[in-house]
Amino acid sequence: MLAYDFMRTAFLASGIVAVLSGLVGYFLVLRNQTFAGHALSHVGFTGATGAILIGVPSLWGLVGFTLLAGLAMGALGEKLSARDVAIGMTLSLALGFGLLFLHFYTAFATQATALLFGNVLGVDRAALASLAVLGVASIVALACISRPLLFASLQPELAEARGVPLRLLSTAFLGIVAVAVSESAQIVGVLLVFTLMVGPGAAARNLSSRFGAGVALSAALAVAEAWGGLVLAWFTDWPVSFWITALSAAVYGLSLAAAPVAAARASARRLGAARTPGPGAASVPPDPHRRFQADAAALDAKLD
Amino acid sequence: MSLVVFDRVTLDLAGRTILSQASFAIAPGEFVGLLGPNGAGKTTLMRAILGLVRPREGRILVSGAPAAPGRGGIGYMPQLRAQPDPRSTGWDLVSGAVDGHRWGLPRRTARAREEVAWALDMVDATAIARRPLGELSGGERQRLLLSQALIGRPKLLLLDEPLISLDPAHQRGTVDLASRLRDELGIAVLFSAHELNPLLTAIDRVLYVGAGRAVLGAVDDVITGPVLSKLYGAPIEVVRAGRRIFVVAADVQPPSTACDGPHQEPARARL
Ligand SMILES: Nc1ncnc2c1ncn2[C@@H]1O[C@H](COP(=O)(O)OP(=O)(O)OP(=O)(O)O)[C@@H](O)[C@H]1O
Ligand SMILES: [Mg+2]
Repeated sequence: MLAYDFMRTAFLASGIVAVLSGLVGYFLVLRNQTFAGHALSHVGFTGATGAILIGVPSLWGLVGFTLLAGLAMGALGEKLSARDVAIGMTLSLALGFGLLFLHFYTAFATQATALLFGNVLGVDRAALASLAVLGVASIVALACISRPLLFASLQPELAEARGVPLRLLSTAFLGIVAVAVSESAQIVGVLLVFTLMVGPGAAARNLSSRFGAGVALSAALAVAEAWGGLVLAWFTDWPVSFWITALSAAVYGLSLAAAPVAAARASARRLGAARTPGPGAASVPPDPHRRFQADAAALDAKLD
Repeated sequence: MSLVVFDRVTLDLAGRTILSQASFAIAPGEFVGLLGPNGAGKTTLMRAILGLVRPREGRILVSGAPAAPGRGGIGYMPQLRAQPDPRSTGWDLVSGAVDGHRWGLPRRTARAREEVAWALDMVDATAIARRPLGELSGGERQRLLLSQALIGRPKLLLLDEPLISLDPAHQRGTVDLASRLRDELGIAVLFSAHELNPLLTAIDRVLYVGAGRAVLGAVDDVITGPVLSKLYGAPIEVVRAGRRIFVVAADVQPPSTACDGPHQEPARARL
């Protein structure tokens, strides 16, 4: 299947996008901002259709609109989180405008399907170059802010006290999310961005509680799901996006099942450590609440 | 030289005056209990020392320089509102504070590892640091947060209500731990709490806030009927029973600021 140029391009494009989405998605899940990713993809639909209408590549419309929306969300900050209704209305309006733009464009059906559900096999050389440049730039930007971003995600008050500019950081991060959403939309479409951005990150967090391992796993899972989707689509002739969503859901489901196993293995390690207690371990008081807390955490994890 | 100086400081939040014309000074190595009713401004006062709330009037000096965020030298344990992410480990939490304000990738340099190991060891949290936070008890999580406040070897620890939701044994453990850190590291501690009694064995002085005022002094000088009556804006009596001190509303009628004043239901409401 790699004999075909369009397949090679598809593998390259989905690989680049998957790495970016996996990395960004991990932080999205860590920061409880998955809804932001979802919202940005809706806004992106308007940008993409608008771009098509005026004859510009849809990727540029996507990036332009999501980037603007992401930066605005970051700048408004907490004020936004209390306004579910306003956000919902704005998103619906964005989709409505997208529909209107499509209405004016004659090649309605194919374009709409490609935007909503993705068309990785339609990525051409020029689009691949854009994806690569944007992807590398976003990953570099994410690397630059990752240390304060992790700090601010886990301990916002403390980070603020240490002089981390929270607002700037959150705005920069949402800008990167916007680019990642636009790229993912090229592969799986605006409606399915969740599958590539949130699925691998959430699964990685179930499988590993260590930061470095989790980030790497998230990117690896995203690439595996994207390429797996391409391969399965090649053999079944079913849509690539379907296979990616199926793989993403399967991996997430397995990670839920594996989470208790991972936790048990971790506690077995701990028990091993506890048998040879260091000087500090001896003074840890036994805590009857611990069992309950673990149960509560497991319940929380299920509800997430 | 004083470590923290409030010089006729007025603090506003969203147009409301929280503290007006407050002046006091905390010495290096001093253990100060910060007390006051809910909403009196304990958290705001700590945030002002960190430079996160700018005074409308007056000046706040920390080690002789005006308070500003990121100046270093201050360890902070915020009042817990949201639980920190339950799936991260204590190690992640504490190591995040090492150079967490610098741009770049999270790096686990040898120096960073050493610093984290030291901070965990100081609070006896080495054994629990590998576990996800969601699995820890409130007291264990508290120790990790305290350990995190030690990163950067501060001269001042701001501990905002570390006793909340702890049982009496763990409350004593936390106060003793803060006291030991003060002794071993020679750092000043500002420790906010709702009850005075768990702190009595550890504190050098008490900083009481209420009704926009702040009074810093020895327990015997501050925890008195006349001083507290002013801070609460209602008549207050102080009753001593052995080594314990109880602050009691003196009038039978509930004071007009019922929700900010001392509780009425138990015959003697402790603070
Ligand atoms: N961000 C804010 N904007 C406006 N007002 C605020 C803000 N944060 C706190 N306040 C108000 O400032 C006052 C002081 O709040 P602060 O949190 O400092 O009190 P506190 O003494 O720490 O109370 P508690 O004992 O409940 O922790 C309160 O009346 C509170 O309502
Ligand atoms: Mg408070």
